[in-house]
Amino acid sequence: MRAFEYVVADSAASARALAQEVDGARFYAGGTTLVDLMKGDVERPPRVVDISRLPLTAVELRDGVLRIGALARNSDVANHPLVKRHFPALSEALLSGASGQIRNAATIGGNLLQRTRCPYFRETRWRCNKREPGSGCDALDGFNRTHAVLGTSDACIATYPGDLAVALSALSAAIVIAGEGGERNVSLDEFYYLPGDSPQIETALAPGELITGVELLADPMHERSHYLKVRDRASYEFALVSVACAVELDGQRIVTARLSLGGIATVPWPAYEATRVLKGAVADEATFRRAAEAALAGAVPRRHNAFKIELAQRAIVRALRTVCGGAR
Amino acid sequence: MRSTGSSPAPPPAPIPLTLRLNGREAAFAVEPEVTLLDLLRERAGLTGTKKGCDRGQCGACTVLVNGRRMLSCLALAVAHAGDEITTIEGLAQNGALHAVQAAFVEHDAFQCGFCTSGQILSAVAVIAEGRARTEDEIREAMSGNVCRCGAYANIVAAVRALAGAR
Repeated sequence: MRAFEYVVADSAASARALAQEVDGARFYAGGTTLVDLMKGDVERPPRVVDISRLPLTAVELRDGVLRIGALARNSDVANHPLVKRHFPALSEALLSGASGQIRNAATIGGNLLQRTRCPYFRETRWRCNKREPGSGCDALDGFNRTHAVLGTSDACIATYPGDLAVALSALSAAIVIAGEGGERNVSLDEFYYLPGDSPQIETALAPGELITGVELLADPMHERSHYLKVRDRASYEFALVSVACAVELDGQRIVTARLSLGGIATVPWPAYEATRVLKGAVADEATFRRAAEAALAGAVPRRHNAFKIELAQRAIVRALRTVCGGAR
Repeated sequence: MRSTGSSPAPPPAPIPLTLRLNGREAAFAVEPEVTLLDLLRERAGLTGTKKGCDRGQCGACTVLVNGRRMLSCLALAVAHAGDEITTIEGLAQNGALHAVQAAFVEHDAFQCGFCTSGQILSAVAVIAEGRARTEDEIREAMSGNVCRCGAYANIVAAVRALAGAR
């Protein structure tokens, strides 16, 4: 690991000030992503601002809104009674990610900012437009079995790797950001940027801005939510495909639904086409299949990842079957 | 690896750091880039904690931080001032093995032993968390600890015996 300067923040405001003083400064919370990427020389921050002791760990339900502090640990949030009761998909997503040790260290804010697992990004001898803008992309014609088929560009096909953000997308969550002039809320779906021709810009965060929390509406629809993760091994692995969904049912009819995909797109992918199909339709296999086909209609496969399209469609049907009550 | 020659500024001075190691206060002066794992092995002489992948993938470096299992290879030592760190060296009391250590011996839950410190620390936490009620739960909860010898069946048996799992 390269040498760097280490400073400790004693408030969110001081964290932002300390980060703004030095170009390329990074916040340190759980360390699980940052330290790994620093060892690989992918991240080279001249200054690391330790925010791990800031009082941003609370999980509170107030006036129908659940607020999760950015420094709450993944394992604590996953097992929190309010989360399990009101947002089962969120708990399931968190518990499906990484390992027990990593979930104990990883934080909600840090998890949202985890970087792609694209091997061409994480190994500095390859060309990568995300790591070195303008250098090219060796994944396009490389070994791209794990790469994205939705939201890609000629500059980048790297998959967004997380589980948490996919669940938060289906649960219509907002990210709370501290910046110039105080806090603002950005919806999860607007927080992540498609790669386009600037894949190095991944989120709406400006330099020195800090995620302080996540907010979710305690809507009855969110209690009927589910996260399904499909991967190469049963545990401690990133998603090939994942599905987060939340539905409001009136008898056998779907009043409204939200469906988001992971492991298959460059950002946590809100499947708006699928939710349009689901809205007002009867909750049966035919509807689920139509929604699944609509969700993947715009998919652009590369040499090794076309299998993800059918895998995702099947996962969508299975997730909807589960969340709608297991009718076969 | 540390960059040489081209660095514009001299490396920052070591930072004083005090934490509790296996019940005793311990003081160090460490550079910011020293991980908790390297602090334990290289500065504190506690080589029971193993460096496997050093990238958060194998679990060999698992320790307890304030009673919770974490990977010491992905933690900066300086970020753990004041924390209570428990390593494999801190489990036995008055010369008697910890119950999990004894169960690993009893069930022959290792072959080469390289992953064993991490497996045992992880198992201590899993049992304490009460999330080892079935064999499937144990396998899921222990999935962050990789064993290249493939001693998994006996590791699960050792945890199951202590957790009273079905």
